[in-house]
Amino acid sequence: MEHGSFTDNSVATFSLTDEDHTIANAVRFTLNQDPRVTFCGYSISHPLEARVNIRVETTGGPAREVLKDACQNLMLMCRHVRCTFDKAVEDFKASNAVKAMKIDSQDSSGDDSEESE
Amino acid sequence: MAEGAGEEKKKFSIWDLPDVPMGQLPPHLELQRSRVSCNKDAPIHTESIQYSGAYASMGIDNSSRLDLFSNNFRVEVVRLNEDDIEFDMIGIDAAIANSFRRILIAELPTMAIEKVLIANNTSIIQDEVLAHRLGLVPIRVDPRLFDYLSENDQPNEKNTIVFKLHVQCKRGSPRITVKSDALKWLPNGSELVKETRNATSDSSSKPEIYTYFGCSQETVPEFVKNPIIPKYPDIIIAKLGPGQEIELEAHAVKGIGKTHAKWSPVATAWYRMLPEVVLLEDIEDDLAEELKSKCPVNVFDIEDLGKGRRRATVARPRACTLCRECIRGDDWEKRVALRRVKDHFIFTIESTGALPPEVLFTEAVKILEDKCERVITELS
Repeated sequence: MEHGSFTDNSVATFSLTDEDHTIANAVRFTLNQDPRVTFCGYSISHPLEARVNIRVETTGGPAREVLKDACQNLMLMCRHVRCTFDKAVEDFKASNAVKAMKIDSQDSSGDDSEESE
Repeated sequence: MAEGAGEEKKKFSIWDLPDVPMGQLPPHLELQRSRVSCNKDAPIHTESIQYSGAYASMGIDNSSRLDLFSNNFRVEVVRLNEDDIEFDMIGIDAAIANSFRRILIAELPTMAIEKVLIANNTSIIQDEVLAHRLGLVPIRVDPRLFDYLSENDQPNEKNTIVFKLHVQCKRGSPRITVKSDALKWLPNGSELVKETRNATSDSSSKPEIYTYFGCSQETVPEFVKNPIIPKYPDIIIAKLGPGQEIELEAHAVKGIGKTHAKWSPVATAWYRMLPEVVLLEDIEDDLAEELKSKCPVNVFDIEDLGKGRRRATVARPRACTLCRECIRGDDWEKRVALRRVKDHFIFTIESTGALPPEVLFTEAVKILEDKCERVITELS
């Protein structure tokens, strides 16, 4: 839900239901990174009501588009985080497997500590 | 103390500084931007300077473009077990790290016991206390294989798991302890029949049951390999004295931690920023020994300089708990600086067993992406 003005679409407040700090703070961060934004912030009017108001003011472009771009950027960041994390976990598991094999092959005298993968 | 980034530095000219390349912040501002200084009384510079035009008057673009993020972001796994994981995320901001932590705790779905149908409970544990304890028992099943059960749905094999508990302590035998391995999985659904209050109901009408399983859950291949049981078989549920009996059926459904903490898939998930311990001046001999003995986690080490002189070095900054013992006392603040790196997070996730911890994190990131998508579709 957008509360804005019909004449000036560069400033607007977006009210999202069923949301809380989780997405609002992340979107506010990506909004801040955008050079078109002059002001952005979010507020939660009452903690028992799951509603977030995000305020965006831009240097001229429509606020709705800027918010959409910020959400897109956040999605791309998340995808990148996921890929990097998956690769790091795979590398870690692979290197641990190699270490376990090395220990098994080097150690002939019955080592107690088992390498758990 | 927290001066505006551009304002009072107008008299300061970058050209006067030797060897400072254009387009970079002078070192004290870079310190302010990227480190939290933990002083004796309180930390300063804790907020991250996110505004894209923050250093505009110095000609530095603070906006983090996506390609810069992609190049600088790194993940390093330190420890990975069956139940927990510790990894470092470098190059991300606190807002996003906190979003992941919140999602891990509250918005990842799991299966947990919700409805308990008690046929007989003569133990000293009250019905509701017993039901509460059963709800908190973690179940070893992948919640992605199940759907949510809403009020209008009928409980069927796609959204409910049925367990049965029937224990009895015979007269004359010693007390027994009911542990969670006494919960037996019923893959064919509920065995109890609803009581019909209508006395005039037709005796030939079918009795109403609690769950409508179309097919047995045993036919699903994942459950053939890993039957659904509680993750830990030694959780004490109740204790029975002689002559006491518990007979009940428990139905587990899918939910998220926001509704009730029993549906949280992590024991806990937390992060901390990487501590940085810097010696501002050379600390030698007796002072070095004193410094090394002050630290309870042995962050400092002594190295020999030869000719009997010793010097203190920082050996394990990562173990620092920021107890600030090393800056207590007179003058120590001038010698040791405690800082935290603002974009290096050490994440630890402890799973309760439904999903392995690395899968939990991947699912949490997916959920954040879904939320963004929902916002985008609402806006369009």
